[in-house]
Amino acid sequence: MSSIIQVKHLSKEFRDIKAVNDLSFEVPAGQVYGFLGQNGAGKSTTIRMLLTLITPTAGSIEIFGMELRHHRKEILRQTGAMIEKPDLYKYLTALENLRIFALMSGMKVTEKQLMDQLAMVGLAERAKSKVRTFSQGMKQRLGIAVALVHDPRLIILDEPTNGLDPQGIADIRKLIWHLSRDLGKTLMVSSHLLGEMELIADNMLIIDKGKKIVEGKKEALLNPDTVQVEIMTDDKDKAIAVIRETNWKDCLAASANGTVLLEMQKEDIPQLNRTLAERGINIFSLRPKHTLEDFFLSLTKN
Amino acid sequence: MWQLLKIELYKIFRRPRTFIAFAVIAAIIFLIQVALKFGGEEYVGMMMSGLNSTFDAPADQVMNGYFVCFIILNLLLIHVPILVALVAGDMISGEANMGTLRLLVSKPVSRTQLLLVKFTAAGIYTILLLLWVALLSLFLSMLIFGTNELFVARGEEVNIISAADILWRYIAAFAFATVGLITVAALSFMLSAFADNSIGPIVATVCVIIVFTILTQMQIPFYDNTIKPYLFTTHMLGWKGFFYVQGEEGVTIERSIENLPAIIRSGLILLAYAVLFLFTAIWYFKRKNILS
Repeated sequence: MSSIIQVKHLSKEFRDIKAVNDLSFEVPAGQVYGFLGQNGAGKSTTIRMLLTLITPTAGSIEIFGMELRHHRKEILRQTGAMIEKPDLYKYLTALENLRIFALMSGMKVTEKQLMDQLAMVGLAERAKSKVRTFSQGMKQRLGIAVALVHDPRLIILDEPTNGLDPQGIADIRKLIWHLSRDLGKTLMVSSHLLGEMELIADNMLIIDKGKKIVEGKKEALLNPDTVQVEIMTDDKDKAIAVIRETNWKDCLAASANGTVLLEMQKEDIPQLNRTLAERGINIFSLRPKHTLEDFFLSLTKN
Repeated sequence: MWQLLKIELYKIFRRPRTFIAFAVIAAIIFLIQVALKFGGEEYVGMMMSGLNSTFDAPADQVMNGYFVCFIILNLLLIHVPILVALVAGDMISGEANMGTLRLLVSKPVSRTQLLLVKFTAAGIYTILLLLWVALLSLFLSMLIFGTNELFVARGEEVNIISAADILWRYIAAFAFATVGLITVAALSFMLSAFADNSIGPIVATVCVIIVFTILTQMQIPFYDNTIKPYLFTTHMLGWKGFFYVQGEEGVTIERSIENLPAIIRSGLILLAYAVLFLFTAIWYFKRKNILS
């Protein structure tokens, strides 16, 4: 599968702070690429470098097979973005905002096309209302319409569900699916809502302190051969002692508050359960940690 | 480029604050015209009292539309720059403040092109503002007060310019004032490129104009040759040169200008400042990380 974005050894320093540190990744065409990281991990800085808002200190960015520095206009003409908050001209209407950004992208659009775009994000009835009268959720949806108005091949959305209610989040999720599955667009979506990312992303990149922690297909990341298992027992110390006598002694990862954490092969979990029970240890719960949230926290907590 | 310029002008003229400057100018000019309509003779009397005692002209002859316009321009052209700064100082920093700058810069338009278009839009606003001043101060005054010879006081002397020799001087003076105000717009625009909020560049421009104007008007010999020639505010007063005429045996020579090279020099210096400010803004903005 060809890559739409290829980032190699990208770094950005602000004086003595390394916001992004030797980051490399590839975004496959036609997929939803989840971009995860804690606040301050370097997600927004990376996205801003992809959109030429920030100049990298080192590294290269290729989009659509073209070097970003030398083919900026061609690349940005085919790229739509919503960066952090959807700030727009509050004294203009939704329709006027949309028209301005379509024209700035080099697109001549008819009023019908603009209205269709607004209908897609559920704002057709408020087309002639000033943006200052919009709720946060409506601004967010208009921001997405602005990102899509020139029919880009690549869409970069930075925290698109920020400030939305559950229905709004579900609507954005459906829109992202529609763009990716029905229209074949490539989307790079950053979010801190891990549950949402688990639902929408095909591939994921997790960064921390500006560095790549892991990248790959969602299924492979969330269902690896080796999983983390959290065991809650009535006697944590005894459980650890038993485990140390077995072949799993090297799998011990951590222990705290009555729980023991192991990193082990998935198929060994039933045998571990039997061994602990046979040695008289009461097991209250034995939970393989494989949600994105568990995975994310296990990667970034140190 | 034309499409981008239309967008910028659309944004400027859809903002209610843009029209504050037009309203303020209309209010000031109207107040001056009312004052001169009802107390003009007294004002002329006061003005003439400081002149050579041999000069004698009836107040109703002195008080006419051209004279009123001259008074208004003397009072107003110091303050219009502040109104220009309100818009020019907001062109880039205002976008950063609203959060729209990151959207603009991520569009397929070069940063240089974006700044040139924005500056052109600020320039067009400045020209429209001056046309508004011209319409109200010159043409409305001509309607209200009629036309006659223009009496221009210079120290203890008076230049008398015939009515037929005046209009072109005003057109030239307004054209010169446009260059001066474009320079102020460029200064404000440059400061706007450095900032992420609108207040800073506007206040900084106003401060620069106030300080430079005070220095320009200070009658201290030390500053006359050291600082004043380099202040753009000194050269902004060059528009008055179109009303300083040459004379022969006490008679004004029609269509003459006392010191045209000085006016041209001042105009070129103002243009040079404007270009310097604009290029500094572009140079800086091309390297700026957009973090707003």
